[in-house]
Amino acid sequence: MGTAIRAEELVKRFGSVHAVDGVSFDVAAGTVFGLLGPNGSGKTTIVRILATILHPDAGRAEVLGRDVVRQADEVRYLIGLAGQFAAIDPNLTGAENLRLTGRLAQLRGRVARERAYELLDRFQLSEAADRPARTYSGGMRRRLDVAAALVQRPAVVFLDEPTTGLDLHSRNELWDMIRELVAEGATVLLTTQYLEEADRLADRVAVMSVGRVIASDAPAALKAQLGNTVVEINLQHEVEAIRAAQLLTQATGTRTDREGTLLRLSSPDGTRVLLETVRSLNDNGIAPTTLTVREPSLDDVFLALTGQRTTTVGTDDALPVERTRR
Amino acid sequence: MTLTAITDAPVLRHPYRLLRPFRDSLSAGSRNLIAYWRVPSLLIFTTIQPVIFVLMFRYVFGGVVSLRLIPYPYVDFLMPGIFVQTTVFGAIGASIGLATDRQSGLLERFRSLPMSRSAVLGGRTLADLVRNVFVAALMVGVGYAVGFRIHVGVPALLAAMLLVLLFGYALSWLFATVGLMTGNPETAEAAAFPIIAPLVFASSAFVPVSSMPGWLQAFAAHQPVSVTVSAVRALCVGGPTATNVAEAVAWSIGLLAVFGPLAVLYYRRST
Repeated sequence: MGTAIRAEELVKRFGSVHAVDGVSFDVAAGTVFGLLGPNGSGKTTIVRILATILHPDAGRAEVLGRDVVRQADEVRYLIGLAGQFAAIDPNLTGAENLRLTGRLAQLRGRVARERAYELLDRFQLSEAADRPARTYSGGMRRRLDVAAALVQRPAVVFLDEPTTGLDLHSRNELWDMIRELVAEGATVLLTTQYLEEADRLADRVAVMSVGRVIASDAPAALKAQLGNTVVEINLQHEVEAIRAAQLLTQATGTRTDREGTLLRLSSPDGTRVLLETVRSLNDNGIAPTTLTVREPSLDDVFLALTGQRTTTVGTDDALPVERTRR
Repeated sequence: MTLTAITDAPVLRHPYRLLRPFRDSLSAGSRNLIAYWRVPSLLIFTTIQPVIFVLMFRYVFGGVVSLRLIPYPYVDFLMPGIFVQTTVFGAIGASIGLATDRQSGLLERFRSLPMSRSAVLGGRTLADLVRNVFVAALMVGVGYAVGFRIHVGVPALLAAMLLVLLFGYALSWLFATVGLMTGNPETAEAAAFPIIAPLVFASSAFVPVSSMPGWLQAFAAHQPVSVTVSAVRALCVGGPTATNVAEAVAWSIGLLAVFGPLAVLYYRRST
């Protein structure tokens, strides 16, 4: 299959802030593409450009061969968007929300109605179909919102942080939905702050930082390249931490980073490092207050790529479109 | 059952593209009308406020307004003012509603759909118009209950109501623009008041303009609320109507010509 989405040197400025600063990528039809980055990195702005809501200041983008600026109306017949907040009318029932979206997507009334009930059923909202959406839980709202994005059977679906604020169960359900969508031939572009989400769903991932793509690859390759298992050890006193850092670097052969009383070792060979860490600490009579092992997070990828933590990279407040809304 | 199935999409579409703005406005407007149905307090408070104004001005301030300046009962002077004032206050709803839609992300979804760019505004203002028909009828009833009588005839009263509805419709577009500009319901409401207060109170709605200081009279006599009230009043109590009505219609059309395109422009640009 061909290219479903193409972005070429996209630029978008808000005042003096370069929200998107020369971003290019291709998304093959029938695949999931993940835009991974912290708040303020430009993910939402890219989604808005591709969904014809914002005009780029420079560069161009195509969805299924249609230019998102010059052929915006044609593009709108082909896409579905679930934005960063649940875009549903709280006073309408679930069924009414979906029917309204269907009618505004130019579906005939009967078709919009059938489609609404089909999606309510599929997203396990049938029982709440005739209740105003304001009575829905957060997870139900999110499901309704994603359902609304699928009303017109879009070939290309944009999901902007679809699982932010969802509990584990709802998140896993939504992941399954996304996989089904793709199995049926749709192309999905999703944004996320979670490396795990990108890893589970995306065929390709572009890591973003302050408006630029700083790495782009298959998630497995990204992880192999950057994402190591992280062992974190917290100690009582800084003096003790300094001594432990030296001991651990020697014992494990892995660089030990220290921030105050917190030590961090990152290695592709996590199990061995963990065992050696425990043995070395024990042999030297050092008792850590906490000891944790975790899979790499976006933060770790960022640290590896930019040498900065995500919290110092993003400029949340300066960007009008990427404020955290939940 | 499938989530997508891409190929069959085109056959499901409505065929008449030219009708799209009207069809979409009706769809979008039905959403706003359902809100009145689902949240009755919205409609109740919209109607209680003008009723209180009628009672307050009729019985509290009515005695103070000098009868030397008005050759007929004050209640007949007051009610045309109330009809117009009610639609002006009601129009703030468009401001708050669109600001809320912009903030909630609904406008973002709508703008990604292949719908008419004017439909959200067309629908909102249409729903406001329907509400104003209801409120205007209610106000005529309340007016009758407190002694308001028409001096001319039912056709003239209906013409007066049409004028009120046209003015209310134009104001809906003005306040829709304000709502889209601010993008925050609280700010939208706060921004609406400084526009509304001088228009409603420095007008001929409740007291004759001739009772005001000279410097204020120039503004009070020619601003749109006064002009519309004068035309509505002429249609209710009699007197020369042609010039008054022509001026009032001109104001409404003028406001529509400016704020219609402006509101659509802000809709296209809102994020």
